[in-house]
Amino acid sequence: MIRMIQTKAHAIIIGAGFTGCALAYDLARRGLAVTVLDRGEIASGTSGRTHGLLHSGARYCVNDQESAVECIQENMILRKIAHQCIEYNGGFFVALNEQDLAYGPRFEVGAQQCGIEIDAIAPQKARQLEPNLNPDVLAVYHVPDGVFDPLRLALAFAASARFFGAEFLPYHEVENFLTNGQGAVSGIKFWNRLTNSRSELTADLVVNATGAWAGVILKKIGASVVVTPTPGIMVAYDCRLVNRVINRLNEPGDGDILIPQRRMVVIGTTSYEAEEVDYIPVEKEQAIQMNRDAITLVPRVATCKQRGVYMSARPLIGKGEAGRSLARTFKCFDHRETDGIEGLVTITGGKATTCRLMAEKTADLVCQKLGISAVCETAGEPLRSYREYYQPSGANR
Amino acid sequence: MTDRLWHVTFSIYRKKADQPPFYQDFSLEVDPDEYVLDGIERIWAFHDRSLTFRHACHHSTCGACGMLVNGVEKLTCITPIREVTKDGGKIRVEPLRNFPILSDLVVDMSEFYLRMEQAHALQVVPVAQSTLPYESLRFPDDGLPHERLNDCIECGMCVSACPIALTAANYQGPAALAAAQQTYSLTSEKSLLALVDCADGVWRCHSGFECTAVCPSNVDPAWRIMELRRQVIRHRIKRIFRQDG
Repeated sequence: MIRMIQTKAHAIIIGAGFTGCALAYDLARRGLAVTVLDRGEIASGTSGRTHGLLHSGARYCVNDQESAVECIQENMILRKIAHQCIEYNGGFFVALNEQDLAYGPRFEVGAQQCGIEIDAIAPQKARQLEPNLNPDVLAVYHVPDGVFDPLRLALAFAASARFFGAEFLPYHEVENFLTNGQGAVSGIKFWNRLTNSRSELTADLVVNATGAWAGVILKKIGASVVVTPTPGIMVAYDCRLVNRVINRLNEPGDGDILIPQRRMVVIGTTSYEAEEVDYIPVEKEQAIQMNRDAITLVPRVATCKQRGVYMSARPLIGKGEAGRSLARTFKCFDHRETDGIEGLVTITGGKATTCRLMAEKTADLVCQKLGISAVCETAGEPLRSYREYYQPSGANR
Repeated sequence: MTDRLWHVTFSIYRKKADQPPFYQDFSLEVDPDEYVLDGIERIWAFHDRSLTFRHACHHSTCGACGMLVNGVEKLTCITPIREVTKDGGKIRVEPLRNFPILSDLVVDMSEFYLRMEQAHALQVVPVAQSTLPYESLRFPDDGLPHERLNDCIECGMCVSACPIALTAANYQGPAALAAAQQTYSLTSEKSLLALVDCADGVWRCHSGFECTAVCPSNVDPAWRIMELRRQVIRHRIKRIFRQDG
C-alpha cells in the first residue's frame, strides 16, 4: 500500500496518452498532487499511433464546426507551447474532380464561420510550391495545418507535469477501483508490470483518461460511457515528397490526408467500428486502398518504398452511426451525474490537436468537485523539453 | 505480399525485478509481411500480459521500439518478419545493450536523454539544412523557411551497437556526439566543442562505425563524429592564431 503523505488534494489519472499527460500538467500546475498510471509506456495506445496531423480544423469546418473551432484555437496554442515537436509548414486542400470543386464554396463559408484562415491558390502556383502534387489539381486552398511527433508531444506534456510535481507510473495497469463504504471511488488497485507485483493507491478523485478503452475500465465499477473505438489505418513511405499536408477538398473520407513527417510521408486513414481494441490487426486491403489514395494526391508515392503500416483506434463518442458521421469533439463525464458514483470522472473523445483543451475542461471539473479555485494556466507558457520526462525524480525541483 | 502464414517462434528475453533473466518461447502464426513489433504486441495481447516493451508510433518516427532482433539492433516497428527469419524459424528478441534493463525489453533511457539534452540536440531543423552535407538527396524546396522534425529519433540503437559504450560508461556516445556536431554546424554554438573535446567525448570513439550501420534514420553518427573532430581541431588551431574566441 503506497500512502501519500501530503495535504494537497490527490488525483489519480488512468492513461498516459495525450489527454492523461496534458491533464496531469494542468492539474499539477493548479497545485494538485497527481499520479498517472498507464499499463504501457507513455503514448503506447491510440496517441502514439496517431496520424500526426495538427489540424487547422478545415477538415471539419463544414460538417462538425464545434470540432473545427476547437482545432483551430488549439492549433494556434500548440504552435506556441509545443514548437519543439511540430513541423509547422501549413497544408493544402486540393480539388481533383468536379465533385471536389463543388465542395469549394461550402468549404470557404465553413472556414470563415470557424475562424480558419484559408487562401485560394492558383493550381499552377501550388504546383510550384509542391512540385510532386498531382498535376491535375483543379483548385487549391492553403490552410494552417501542421504535423507533430506523437510520442514527443505526449512526453512534453508529461515532462511539464513532472516539473510541477506529478508522478508517472508507466507499466502500471489498473485492475480495479477502491471504494469507500458509500460506494464512492477512493483509489485504485494496480498491477506493477515492471516488477510483477500488486498494490493499491488512494486518492481524492480518479480520472479515467483511457480514450478508446474508457468503457472497458468503467465496467469494473459498473459505470459506462458510450464510446465507439473506431480504428483507422496509416501507411508510411520512405520519401518526403511534400512539405505541406495534402488534404482532399471534400467531405472527410478514407485516404484523403497525406502528411510529411521527418523523411517520410504518411497517408491515412480509414474508419470502421471495433469491439476489441487491445490488438487491431492490419487489414491488407485497406493498406492497398491507402496506397491508391496516396498516389491520387501525390503520384510519386508510387515510386517510394513502404516503411510502416499501422492501425490506431479513435475514441469516438456515440454509437450506432457510421464512424465518419460521429463528431470529433470530446466529452467529460462526472459519474456522480451519470452513474451515481462519486469521485470518478471520465474524459474521452476528441483529437490529439485538442488534448490541451480537453485537459483544461476536465481539470475545471476536477477542481470544481474538489472545491479548488485554481484556474488553467497551460495555454501561455512553452512546455518543458520532452527529454526532461526521463530525468530521475527529484532532478527537477 | 503473400497470404501464406509462417510459423515462427519468438524467443523473448524476460526479466522482472531481482529475478534472474531467462528466455521464453512463444509460437505464432504470422504473416511474414507483418513487423516484428506486431508479433511482440500480439504476444502481449493474447499470450502473456506481463510482457513489457516500449513502443508508440509504429512507423519509425518516435524511436521507442529499438530492440535486439537476432542479436542486431532493429527498429522493430519497421522490421518485417520476412527479413529476420524464415517459415519455421526463430526470432530472438532482447533489450538494447548498454542500457540498464528495467523489465523484460524495457530499458532505462534517462541517461541517454540527459546526454541528448546536454548536446543541445535539435528537435526541429530547417528543411533546407536537414540532410547530411554529402547527401545528394533533396526534399522539395520552394525557398520558404520550412522546418521538419530532425532525423535522429533518439532510439538509442547506436549506443547499443557501440563497442566503446559497452566498456566506457561515461562515454558521451554516438547519438549525443552526432547531435553536438549537427547543432554546432547549424548554430556555431562554441560551448558544444568544449563539451565534446575530452576523453569521454569525441576522442573516445574507435571508428568502428557500428553506430552508422544500425542507425534506422539516416543520422550517420560515425561520419558526424569524424566531422566533429575536424571541427574541434579547426577551432583549436584558430584559437592558436587568435582568429576566434
